[in-house]
Amino acid sequence: MMDAFAQPPGLAAYLLLGALLFSIGLYGVLSRKNTLAILVAVELMANAVNINLVAFSRFSGTLQGQGFALFSIALTVAEVVIGLAIVVLMYRAHKRIDADAPSALRG
Amino acid sequence: MMAWVAFSLISLVILNSALNVVKSTDLVHTVFWLALTLLGTAALFVHLDAEFLAAVQVLLYTGGVVTLMLFGVMLTRRIDGVKIIHGSANKGRALFSALAVFGAIATAIFRSEQTARAVATDLPETEALGQYFLQDLVLPFELLSLLLLAAMVGAIALARKVDP
Repeated sequence: MMDAFAQPPGLAAYLLLGALLFSIGLYGVLSRKNTLAILVAVELMANAVNINLVAFSRFSGTLQGQGFALFSIALTVAEVVIGLAIVVLMYRAHKRIDADAPSALRG
Repeated sequence: MMAWVAFSLISLVILNSALNVVKSTDLVHTVFWLALTLLGTAALFVHLDAEFLAAVQVLLYTGGVVTLMLFGVMLTRRIDGVKIIHGSANKGRALFSALAVFGAIATAIFRSEQTARAVATDLPETEALGQYFLQDLVLPFELLSLLLLAAMVGAIALARKVDP
């Protein structure tokens, strides 16, 4: 058991951390009702993916993982901008931001 | 040994604040816990030899996204002090799904031979990252700026009050 801790943490440790973070984010997405809280939980999941990408980069010795992570960060920022605009629109139309507020079908 | 101590401390911060993100009943607290999670991730990036990405993470996420989220919270919150409806729909089923996904990923991690074989390798300097972006990846890089512009224009067009 001590042998495992004599060396620096391996790739599996980082991937497990990413998997835990991803699962926590998934729990948040599934259990929350507030759209903003769901958006925050989606951020958590995207963040977990970035941890994985950077860890892959470190353990493969190439920069491709970091390049991927940078693109992923920029895409997530674009997603948040659009998501927040939609939430603001939803608040304007329904006066609340629960995920089941826009359930009525009308034009 | 030192690497394990650093890794454990950073993971503890990340996981604890992430749990608070999904458990907290106040939306403002949720956003601030998210900020702490993202800062912990930036620390982990430094730990993983990705200093440039750590800087980007702090600038874009903790600087940009969290501020934006706070604006979102304040724009959609009723000023008369009504507590935000923040209830959970199906905690049990959500927990089951999250645990199932974690189990699947963890099994895949431990069954893969490549995970065990991977060794930490020193990465080139940040200068190499810049050259990688502006030589090999210059077209996707420019497309990314176009996407950010489109997102900005789209958000403004969506959220403006009246059609021109």
